[in-house]
Amino acid sequence: MAAAARLVLRTASGAKVLRAGLGWLGAPIRVPHAAAHFTFHPDPVPTRHGPTQKMNLFQSITSALDNTLSSDPTAVIFGEDVAFGGVFRCTVGLRDKYGKDRVFNTPLCEQGIVGFGIGVAVAGATAIAEIQFADYIFPAFDQIVNEAAKYRYRSGNMFDCGNLTIRAPWGCVGHGSLYHSQSPEAFFAHCPGIKVVIPRSPVQAKGLLLSCIADKNPCIFFEPKILYRAAVEQVPTEPYLIPLSQAEVLQEGSDVTLVAWGTQVHVMKEVAAMAQEKLGVSCEVIDLQTILPWDTETVCKEECFLNLEAPIARVCGYDTPFPHIFEPFYIPDKWKCFDAVKRMINY
Amino acid sequence: MAALRGLYRTGLGALCRRKGYQGFGVTHYRPFRVNGALHQQPFDSLEEKPQFPGASAEFVDRLEFIQPNVISGIPVYRVMDRQGQIINQAEDPKLSKEMVLNCYKKMTLLNTMDRILYESQRQGRISFYMTNYGEEGTHVGSAAALEPNDIIFGQYREAGVLMYRGFPLDLFMAQCYANADDLGKGRQMPVHYGSKDLNFVTISSPLATQIPQAAGAAYAVKRENSNRVVICFFGEGAASEGDAHAGFNFSATLECPIIFFCRNNGYAISTPTNEQYRGDGIAARGPGYGMMSIRVDGNDVFAVYNATKEARRRAIAENQPFLIEAMTYRIGHHSTSDDSSAYRSVDEVNYWDKQDHPISRLRHYMTARGWWGEEEEKTWRKQSRKHVMEAFERAEKRHKPRLDLLFSDVYQEMTPNIEKQKEAMWNHLKHYKEQYPLDLYDK
Repeated sequence: MAAAARLVLRTASGAKVLRAGLGWLGAPIRVPHAAAHFTFHPDPVPTRHGPTQKMNLFQSITSALDNTLSSDPTAVIFGEDVAFGGVFRCTVGLRDKYGKDRVFNTPLCEQGIVGFGIGVAVAGATAIAEIQFADYIFPAFDQIVNEAAKYRYRSGNMFDCGNLTIRAPWGCVGHGSLYHSQSPEAFFAHCPGIKVVIPRSPVQAKGLLLSCIADKNPCIFFEPKILYRAAVEQVPTEPYLIPLSQAEVLQEGSDVTLVAWGTQVHVMKEVAAMAQEKLGVSCEVIDLQTILPWDTETVCKEECFLNLEAPIARVCGYDTPFPHIFEPFYIPDKWKCFDAVKRMINY
Repeated sequence: MAALRGLYRTGLGALCRRKGYQGFGVTHYRPFRVNGALHQQPFDSLEEKPQFPGASAEFVDRLEFIQPNVISGIPVYRVMDRQGQIINQAEDPKLSKEMVLNCYKKMTLLNTMDRILYESQRQGRISFYMTNYGEEGTHVGSAAALEPNDIIFGQYREAGVLMYRGFPLDLFMAQCYANADDLGKGRQMPVHYGSKDLNFVTISSPLATQIPQAAGAAYAVKRENSNRVVICFFGEGAASEGDAHAGFNFSATLECPIIFFCRNNGYAISTPTNEQYRGDGIAARGPGYGMMSIRVDGNDVFAVYNATKEARRRAIAENQPFLIEAMTYRIGHHSTSDDSSAYRSVDEVNYWDKQDHPISRLRHYMTARGWWGEEEEKTWRKQSRKHVMEAFERAEKRHKPRLDLLFSDVYQEMTPNIEKQKEAMWNHLKHYKEQYPLDLYDK
């Protein structure tokens, strides 16, 4: 009340209030979305792919796209706002370097972006389509599921759109709320004919994106947006491929298997450390990487259900839309995952 | 597709080596087009003209809504009258006798094949069929104006385009029967044709999905500098889909060499055009996208031919899309699953069958020139029917494709889980083979 009164008195003199700044509001309250729910764990510097350079996630994407445009004269990149560099700066510099016929904006229409991309691919050129947020991929669902995924099969292999890769920023970011935080991979996970890939880091992202682009099947590549700036690694400047449909065991363990992808891999690494320290439990951490077709071999050596000593636990967001101010309570953070491990051990 | 890509890469490689750079821009001259930004005054100009980036026109100080003109809308271009007489000699494309006869024979062959395959569905020999009655002119007129390398995206009622290109009766039948000769490997319902050799992209059931795809293909073709156009067929019903709007807008903004060919045949299954749209058809939408547009008499082979020919020439030369709305009438039912007497009168159908049919109009043109008569008609009818029946009998006898083809081509490579499922199916058949019609399938 006092603060508001002060505001009323001061406005009589007009500009004085603005110039005085916002100090009259008192000390700032804690902002729920200020702190990240994970710590990014960079991988060791790769040695097998030549010289490396410090890059964050969006720069590693740019590097992959740069390599592609350089080596493949048919490759084109398109979507909303990619021309000036993209809302997440993934395409910065590419239009100037490779030309406006190769890096260009499209009208604001996701079904058009993917449909157009399918056509480019069918005609034999490499198409890299950007959907501005994974949350907006749904208008393109028909083109992805009914068209792209089925193109080769339904035509008896006469036609295909294997040259198509769709990229989209993905996952929670601290304040994204319903429409800037979604992880929609589950909607595509049961659609034969496409591949769905989610990297955990810059090094992984570049190698996996290049594999998606090279892959002769239409691929969806989701990029964890919270890692665009936060994840920094030494990334090879030359192109390299990380194979699809091969899960990576980041840490071997004997008691509990933790499977995750994207940002959550880093959460699980911490959970594994906490479980070891506080519970003496040895956790295996697996980054699934490719959601479809997924690596059943690595995750579940043969039919493993009879060998499990506890039911499988899924720790996810709640069955609500992704909330804004409640995000810290909604997400499957390290405490919830740790607790799931604890309950599992005591099953 | 790989061959196409290879050809493209070779040409491109040569071009890049010669020019010494990695990318290349479009080299066609693009004529001046009215564009908001071009007409803007500099900001310090004394004239009070609109400066909005979105549109440039003039200011106006009278409140007046634009009235959509649906009574006397876009006129219908035609070359022949309903009796096949040329109205304006300058518009007669003066095609050779050989070409005109070929057009006629393809339309009538299609008609014959339609009758026989429709009947075969009725007899339970194939599962489903869609006829092309009344729209043969739209198929053959457009196909005749294209080059073999032009890429065709269709909807499902364009069999005549494929037939004109040379798709053999045996392969039409093979697809409808889903037998072992089907290029599509028996995976789709009848009439979902495709041919890589003839540059006819395989048909899919969802409507209008091909429209933005065709725009993308045209963009890639433009970058190749290969003197090809993409043509995209769809009906007036499919034009209501969001994908149609997307395709039109993309093709205009991205300057694609494409012909959008709308077959406005009056019905989308049972839905007449006055329940499909309220504006002046599909042609009137073109200008809204900044697209060159024309409405033609779809039952006039020469009108369709002229419009397609000119659109092709300009689309390639100027890298812009063209919209052709071919007015016609769907004489047959939507498909074998439809009985159109439920929603339209027999009189209406008869009018189009008897008074304004693309086949009879072309025949009048031919007979007037002494290129065709009763004898030729009788002989050709007998011959075409014989060809169709022979192909039909061959298709009937042919086995279905081998069962492994259920599992291949999902991805370019076989994946472990699909391989496992295939093994599971064969294993299942070992124990339950009597329950399945294995004899019908190739081993």
